[in-house]
Amino acid sequence: MIGSTAPGDPSVTGGARSQLARWGVATGRGTRRLGRRFVEGWRRSLQLRVGVTTVLAAGIVTIVIGVFLVDKVSGGVLRAKRDAAVDQAKIGLNVAQDVLRPVDPTFKAAVVNAQSDISLRLNPSSAGTFTIVLLSRAGLIADDSPAAHAVPAALRRVVQQSTIAAQYAPIPVGRSGPRVPGLIIGETVPSVAGQFELYYLFPLTAEQQTISLIQRTVLLAGIALVVLVLAIALLVIRQVVRPVRVAAKSAGRLAAGDLSQRIPVRGADDLARLGRSFNDMADSLQRQIRRLEDLSRLQRRFTSDVSHELRTPLTTIRMAAEYLHASRSDFPPELARAAELLHAELDRFESLLADLLEISRYDAGAARLESEPADLRGVIATTVEANRMLAERHGSEIVLNLPDAPVLVDMDSRRVERILRNLLGNALDHGEGKPVLITLGYDDDAVAVTVRDHGVGLKPGQASLVFNRFWRGDPSRSRLTGGTGLGLAISLEDARMHDGWLQSWGEARRGAQFRLTLPRRAGHTLMHSPLPLNPDELDEEDE
Amino acid sequence: MRVKPRVLVVDDDSALAEMLGIVLRTDQFEPAFVADGARALQAFRETKPDIVLLDLMLPGMSGIDVCRAIRAESGTPIIMLTAKTDTVDVVLGLESGADDYVMKPFKPKELVARMRARLRHHEDIASETLMIGPPESPVEIDVQAHQVRREGRPIALTPLEFDLLVALARKPRQVFTREVLLEQVWGYRHAADTRLVNVHVQRLRAKVERDPEKPEVVLTVRGVGYKAGPP
Repeated sequence: MIGSTAPGDPSVTGGARSQLARWGVATGRGTRRLGRRFVEGWRRSLQLRVGVTTVLAAGIVTIVIGVFLVDKVSGGVLRAKRDAAVDQAKIGLNVAQDVLRPVDPTFKAAVVNAQSDISLRLNPSSAGTFTIVLLSRAGLIADDSPAAHAVPAALRRVVQQSTIAAQYAPIPVGRSGPRVPGLIIGETVPSVAGQFELYYLFPLTAEQQTISLIQRTVLLAGIALVVLVLAIALLVIRQVVRPVRVAAKSAGRLAAGDLSQRIPVRGADDLARLGRSFNDMADSLQRQIRRLEDLSRLQRRFTSDVSHELRTPLTTIRMAAEYLHASRSDFPPELARAAELLHAELDRFESLLADLLEISRYDAGAARLESEPADLRGVIATTVEANRMLAERHGSEIVLNLPDAPVLVDMDSRRVERILRNLLGNALDHGEGKPVLITLGYDDDAVAVTVRDHGVGLKPGQASLVFNRFWRGDPSRSRLTGGTGLGLAISLEDARMHDGWLQSWGEARRGAQFRLTLPRRAGHTLMHSPLPLNPDELDEEDE
Repeated sequence: MRVKPRVLVVDDDSALAEMLGIVLRTDQFEPAFVADGARALQAFRETKPDIVLLDLMLPGMSGIDVCRAIRAESGTPIIMLTAKTDTVDVVLGLESGADDYVMKPFKPKELVARMRARLRHHEDIASETLMIGPPESPVEIDVQAHQVRREGRPIALTPLEFDLLVALARKPRQVFTREVLLEQVWGYRHAADTRLVNVHVQRLRAKVERDPEKPEVVLTVRGVGYKAGPP
């Protein structure tokens, strides 16, 4: 191979080294960040994975082939040169012997003349131009030119023992030119007067240029090949990835509710099959949902129709009952009592009907929320006002614990009022005449209202049952409100519509507490409640 | 004693109509009846009632259309009788021009109270002129003459819309909650459906505002209610 002078390692000073170290740390950090990004991309992008793998594989193959190719070609070029040079040396031996016959190896001027004489007679040759160095065995050198010094001592030792030898070594160009890679052939020339050593210095500049050219060509071809392979790989992967991405996007839209979303299908390959399966799935999904929607619409229609059909005769009955009730003083006692009963039971029948219709509207998914910001204190005040009569009949006091500033909440006031009316009605019904406490707590995200009574309370396990439809805690208890048994179930649905919570706590003979928690802004997810559910956690107001 | 107020009852359910007749006569009204929506407008023109009770579900012509037809030629108070509780139906009825509604099954006392509230006459009104809205283009209200003008042009308001505007204009700086307006204008004792207020404020704005999207006369106070624009 071609020898070359290795430049001495440049020494690095201490200061520069520590600076280097710092830079190294900085790039280390940057590299780690880059590394994380790469790992993230690697996980997410199929294209990146395929691209990197292709470049690595193609690169390794190209490098192996390239190295092998360059090695073979440059070996061949050098071998040809060497064979030519050796032939030249064999031819040159006769000329040299001829020239050197009369030369005295100890007479310098004669040796110098012989050297230029030989050089003139041999150059140029079929092996290219070369420089001749003639040395006499006595140690005399023809001249002090750099060429003479370029002959390695090792070569001289070999030449002195055998007749002909060759070695690659850097040789100077001209008298003081730069050293270039070269081939030196040496031979011993016996003469009458003594032994001479004759060296041929062939510069390998042309050969090196040829090899460099081959190296560059192979490198460029390799890079082009890798880039091409990468491009082809990306093109292929695009053909696969694009339909997959389209499918992913369509699935996303479908999940978001656009049921008409379909994938355009072309051909009969695997990707087309994926598209067809997706479309079949979407079709079936759409059919199912349509059927459910139809069902829900039918249910809603039914509810609405039942509602209308029942309400009109009920209105007539109601007016007739009121009319009879108003003139009951003119009736005989039994008839008067009958009018009273008719009147009273109509109230119960009506509220039961209203509750049933309301809950069936929830079941049909027909309930709609009409939110707007309102002061929750106002809703509480209205509720308390509406229950004033009931509280007086029970002999219960309603204690309010409200903040001074308005508490604005995004809510459907009608529904929130219905929840609170239910909670307060229940508290008065079960409060055994003891005070009922209403507390309003709030923070930036949520508001909470607790309604606390100190009556019979709830037995263990009943706290969650109270929201069941038609559930009664104690069937034997008399009720003044004549509740329908659906109140809390409806309240729970009302709270859920607001993305809120309705929860209960109770202990036997210590009373019960219901807590309504609502997000202050519509769409906000509740994480906590500003008030505790268990009143014991608040303070000792409870003894 | 004034003559009995005339009531036109538009309802296809004969039992309900008959019972309504008994109740209304007992309460000193003079009822007239029509069962078919298509004949309602003609009956309205013939009887010239002081107030109309209108069922929303009618054969021939829907209650909504009857309401629109009556409103097109008269500001006579209309109270809808509805069995539908869905907001869409109620709001649709109010937007077509009804002043108030009662949900079936209603109590007769409640119905009569609503009717009286709509028939209430402000007999103690002194001569009074109110001005609200932007100074360069105020709305002038002549309370006694029941007339509203803006930039010299008279604006035709129904009695209810007039009452609503006067209630706001009498206390220009006060913010009215919907509940207070319900009590003052509609005569509700307890808080009822605040949608009534919303719909009628919109109807009022459509008539008096230059651009109902950017109200200057009836302003919304977010989270509280409404107030009159500065005079």
